[in-house]
Amino acid sequence: MKKPNDKLPPALAKVPTGIQGLDDLTAGGLPKGRPTLLCGAAGCGKTLLAMEFLVRGAVEYGEPGVFVAFEEGIADLEKNFASLGHDLKELVAKKHLSLESIHVERSEIEETGEYDLEGLFIRLGQAIDAIGARRVVLDTVETLFSGLSNTIILRAELRRLFRWLKDKGVTAIITGERGEQSLTRYGLEEYVADCVILLDNRIEGQMSTRRLRIVKYRGSTHGTNEYPFLIDAGGISILPITSIALKHEASTERVSSGIARLDAMMGGKGYYRGSTVLISGTAGSGKTSVAAQFAHAAAARGERCLWFAFEESSSQIMRNMRSVGIDLEPAVRRGTLAFHAVRPTICGLEMHLVTIHKLVRQFKPRIVIIDPITNFSAIGSDEDVKAMLTRLIDYFKMQQITAVFISLNSGGDSAESPDNAVSSLTDTWLLLRDLQIGAERNRALYLLKSRGMAHSNQVREFLLTDRGVELQDVYVGPSGALLTGTARVTLELEEQAQALVREQESAGKERELERKREAMEAQIAVLRAEYEVERAGAAKLMEQDRMRNTLLAGNRTDMARRREAAGGRAGKTPKQRQGAKR
Amino acid sequence: MKAKEAKEAKEAKKAKNATAAFEQSLATPQKQVYVLQLYVTGMTPRSARAIANAKKICETHLQGQYDLSVIDVYQQPQLAKDAQILAVPTLVKKLPLPLRRIIGDLSDRDQVLLGLNLKPKP
Repeated sequence: MKKPNDKLPPALAKVPTGIQGLDDLTAGGLPKGRPTLLCGAAGCGKTLLAMEFLVRGAVEYGEPGVFVAFEEGIADLEKNFASLGHDLKELVAKKHLSLESIHVERSEIEETGEYDLEGLFIRLGQAIDAIGARRVVLDTVETLFSGLSNTIILRAELRRLFRWLKDKGVTAIITGERGEQSLTRYGLEEYVADCVILLDNRIEGQMSTRRLRIVKYRGSTHGTNEYPFLIDAGGISILPITSIALKHEASTERVSSGIARLDAMMGGKGYYRGSTVLISGTAGSGKTSVAAQFAHAAAARGERCLWFAFEESSSQIMRNMRSVGIDLEPAVRRGTLAFHAVRPTICGLEMHLVTIHKLVRQFKPRIVIIDPITNFSAIGSDEDVKAMLTRLIDYFKMQQITAVFISLNSGGDSAESPDNAVSSLTDTWLLLRDLQIGAERNRALYLLKSRGMAHSNQVREFLLTDRGVELQDVYVGPSGALLTGTARVTLELEEQAQALVREQESAGKERELERKREAMEAQIAVLRAEYEVERAGAAKLMEQDRMRNTLLAGNRTDMARRREAAGGRAGKTPKQRQGAKR
Repeated sequence: MKAKEAKEAKEAKKAKNATAAFEQSLATPQKQVYVLQLYVTGMTPRSARAIANAKKICETHLQGQYDLSVIDVYQQPQLAKDAQILAVPTLVKKLPLPLRRIIGDLSDRDQVLLGLNLKPKP
């Protein structure tokens, strides 16, 4: 939400109204010490807004207020506002509020010459002084015009009244009936020129939407568009839509989608916190189940999750999800998961937006599921729906809420161009499709986009099992197409058979090798035996040689000795020669 | 002044019982008492004019059967509040019924007589 800049002193002192959204629109509230004109046709909520300004002023800001009713009696006022949760009697008793009822009965009055409205001034002055009021509401001062015919005097007196209120320093709301040509029937906007707020109640396609527009705010910036507002038991909530700038913090935290294999497709971690996830798909493709898996995982982490169901009742969703093994009931019982199930046609788009805002503010979820966004097209044009979803996405991002939008596709070729054209606004887009292969349809999941993360480009088949959503292994057929269902199962079986064959083949090969090795071993044994035989033979020969040598040597010595006797030294053995030297 | 006020209060009480007052007025058709209150703001020229006009008209048309009191809304704001006075000066005809508020400085005599039911509506 837009907050007034704290650093700069505000050029214009403002009084917060305390009304949800209005202070955002006016960048702080109504001009302090000045009158504000609040105009609109009957039944727009003028009196309520004005009264809420006083009540909130008294209760939240400690500023007492005076309510001057020209149309209703005090008893009626008290009764009307009791039904909206305001105890006026108590506030009056505490002197936080003063109710004044002024009746002008045309039939009683005869005008005879000049007069002024000093009686009104005195009465008002007394009421203001009695409780030290800082806020005043005149509802509807124009009634005077129907009671008094001298409009020249009346206009002069009203001008004086507004100046007098300014001099008193009270912040005032003057209500006025919407005129045909001008903002108010009697042209009050001429006198109350500082701030003019217009309320409107329009009916489009049998649905009425209350809207608020700040026509003028002298000396201040303000939202210029029409903003829808809601009146309910908690008072008025206004939705400032386009005042939201694209300045949300982008989180790097990741949240699991609740489906491990889907997380794996997104870099193993899941969605970014605060991102917007679009799950689109044809009817029966399992969108709600994927979303429920996410909600279930969130509940397991203890995160709060708010589910807007525009098609099914909460018990129906819970029953259906239980059938695929996703039990949401414990989370609902613990209060971490809440359903808000209504038909979208119950009110206009803006009202839905306001309701969603309000519920999100109350419940403070970390995850919001909207199932489905497609149904909004029943109550608005595509442009309106897109605008509404844009606001919604901005709001969720500001709040760091991870949002899941479910979108129903009409199927066929347009499956990748979901209705409402919100795909460009979302961060992650899961497309669920029925793939028809052979004589069956199977579910497949595409991760069409996922901003800010590496993600898988594979088409994955997924099954709704009794343990939740499961992504299957990827089987790509010979043509390169994803195989699903029985085709996948067939391929799986084929692969198993092939593996068996291969296993057997390799076992055979192993046996053959073993045989070969055995044969080789046998050969080696034979060779070794042969070698042994040969070696033994060789050894024998060598022994024989040695013995022969020894014998020969012995013979030579013998012969030498005999030669020495014959007188020669040459035949001496070395040993013998050494012995001779000594 | 005080006696007048007490009388007024008494008259006001009487006025509450409209039926009784109505019957009373029926019973005494000849001597209807006009209970009139003139609310003014201090002694402004307009107030003075209104008081003078009121007295003149009463003396001329209601001699002996009127009770006119002049109330300063600055002095007695509570009375003005109770009487739902917005415009000043206002001449309130409390009796005979119906109640009429004749606002302005009473300078339009015909209009005043019309308001006091002393002249049939044209």
